Amino acid sequence: MAKFVTLKLLRLIGVVFAVSALTFVMVAMLPADIAYDIAGQDATPAQIEAIRAELGLDQNVLVRYGHWLMSLAQGDMGRSFRSDEPVLDAIWSRLPVTIELLVLSQVFALLLAIPAGVYCAYRAGSRFDRVLGSTGFGMISVPTFVLAIVLIYLFALRLEWLPATGYEPFSEGVWANLRTFVLPSLSIALVEWVPLMRTLRSDMIATLKEDFISMAKAKGLPAWRILTRHALRPSSFTLITILGLQIGGLIGGALIIETIFALPGIGRLLINAIYARDYMIVQGCILFIAVGYVVINFVVDMLYVALDPRIRTAGAGG
Amino acid sequence: MLTVSNLRTHFHTGRGIVRAVDGVSFNLARGRTLGIVGESGSGKTVLVRSLLGLLPSTAKFGGETEIGFEGRPLDIRSETALNQVRGRAIAMVFQDPMTSLNPVMTVGAQITESLRYHLGLTGGEARERAVALIDSVGIPMARQRIDQHPHQLSGGLRQRVAIAIALACEPKLLIADEPTTALDVTIQAEILDLLARQQAERDMAMILITHDLGVVAGRADDIAVMYAGRIVERAPTARLFANMRMPYTQALMNAIPRLEAPPNTPLRTIGGRPPDLVNPPPGCRFAPRCPRAESRCTDHEPPLEGGESGHRFACWYPVGEPGAA
Repeated sequence: MAKFVTLKLLRLIGVVFAVSALTFVMVAMLPADIAYDIAGQDATPAQIEAIRAELGLDQNVLVRYGHWLMSLAQGDMGRSFRSDEPVLDAIWSRLPVTIELLVLSQVFALLLAIPAGVYCAYRAGSRFDRVLGSTGFGMISVPTFVLAIVLIYLFALRLEWLPATGYEPFSEGVWANLRTFVLPSLSIALVEWVPLMRTLRSDMIATLKEDFISMAKAKGLPAWRILTRHALRPSSFTLITILGLQIGGLIGGALIIETIFALPGIGRLLINAIYARDYMIVQGCILFIAVGYVVINFVVDMLYVALDPRIRTAGAGG
Repeated sequence: MLTVSNLRTHFHTGRGIVRAVDGVSFNLARGRTLGIVGESGSGKTVLVRSLLGLLPSTAKFGGETEIGFEGRPLDIRSETALNQVRGRAIAMVFQDPMTSLNPVMTVGAQITESLRYHLGLTGGEARERAVALIDSVGIPMARQRIDQHPHQLSGGLRQRVAIAIALACEPKLLIADEPTTALDVTIQAEILDLLARQQAERDMAMILITHDLGVVAGRADDIAVMYAGRIVERAPTARLFANMRMPYTQALMNAIPRLEAPPNTPLRTIGGRPPDLVNPPPGCRFAPRCPRAESRCTDHEPPLEGGESGHRFACWYPVGEPGAA
């Protein structure tokens, strides 16, 4: 078990290292140069060179990457070219928004997907199953931003229950904070619950054909108990995998939703930094997203172990 | 105690109606063991699964099918009615212990859940009962085993756990569906002896399903031989072995390899295959494979009739009587 964890962690470090090197090189290869932007249109070549030297852009890519790694090892991710704000501070200040959005959206998605998936598997082929299946396919084909706009129209403009956009930090009160997250989270959840529901349904249909389910029935247990106690856990492996991928994708990928609802999350930080050619921020965000992805996958692997006792004794692998 | 009357279990498939069990009747008295013997596809597993409602939803029961259990009718079409007896009064041991235990639950959790659900025991009481049960089915170190998962146990131990689960709520009837087929030969006798011992101690009735006449020979009070969804011969065990009347039973018996036979003696297999249960042949269903079959056999179906002292068989030209021609 310790070996299993160590191997996973080592691989994790390798992935992070590779991602950071690749982004550094790719960002360096981009044609536009921030020094021109900062210096303004009337700048002389000498002024531009001075800015380049100040930002360290006159050095070789490898040297710069080396410097960056060295300071990273000391917990310093550099400073924004534009605002001089430390990159780490910029990410930390956006992190609560991103985490709250992805947790809430996945909680909503699971609240929809688990009961629906279990029931559809239990009554596979029933009218309810077919209606829900088509509804799901319909919802997954709608882009999140369309759903977001529909939700804003309904709940913010017509019913006036929730704010259309904006962000209130936790310090303004739990309810004030949650109100600003309901619609963005729902916009994501209403799309992302579908793959969760469909995979749970199909895995569960397979599980329900297993002998141990007949055995549980022969024990005289009621159906709901068989579904929740016997069938759900062995059917949830693909569900967990997809959940991990979705969470990973949301760390930096919720930018459309963040933009529509004016939520200051990592996605918006990244996209604004790209437009502004603020490469230190870009570099920091991508590193952060990569670490997030890898950590989520590590957690997923650990969840497999928790869910399936057979993996524990099978030793390291996979 | 158990009366099965005209049980018909049909599967509605795209190819037509598969008559897996087609008019089976029998009685089973308290504390007795009935051995049901037949080759694969003869309907013996569907028969016992019908009694507990453990079939896919494509299964339909015939209109005249009636089951009685402990003097009361048992509606096998109703999940509610079945849940009154499942696990409490009727329990089942499945064929393959590698697949019949839940891989993600501990042995203890799988035993205690019916104790807690049916008998309302608390966690601690149920656990103590489970330890005693594991011990009584001959698993050493019960206190350690209870927290293990099925994959940590051998096939033989798993089947013992499955038996402990079945026995948990003191059932009146235990159904064992080929309980030793998936196990090593060396373990088979131990498991069968364990079942027999538990049956005697608890005064349970038992239905023991097997494709091996040798398994039921010393262990069943009565034997029913099934072929193509029907019982074709039925008798007290000693009577059956002394005087087999149905050619199919005799063919099954002859198919068992014998120790005293000289080396390289060919096995006496039964030629041909069991009939298609969508379109079973008219008349006796064994006739196409029967060495004694006459034209009457393919035209008219023989009824299951006696025979003295409870010996019944469905054959126009039974073994031991001269044939027609």
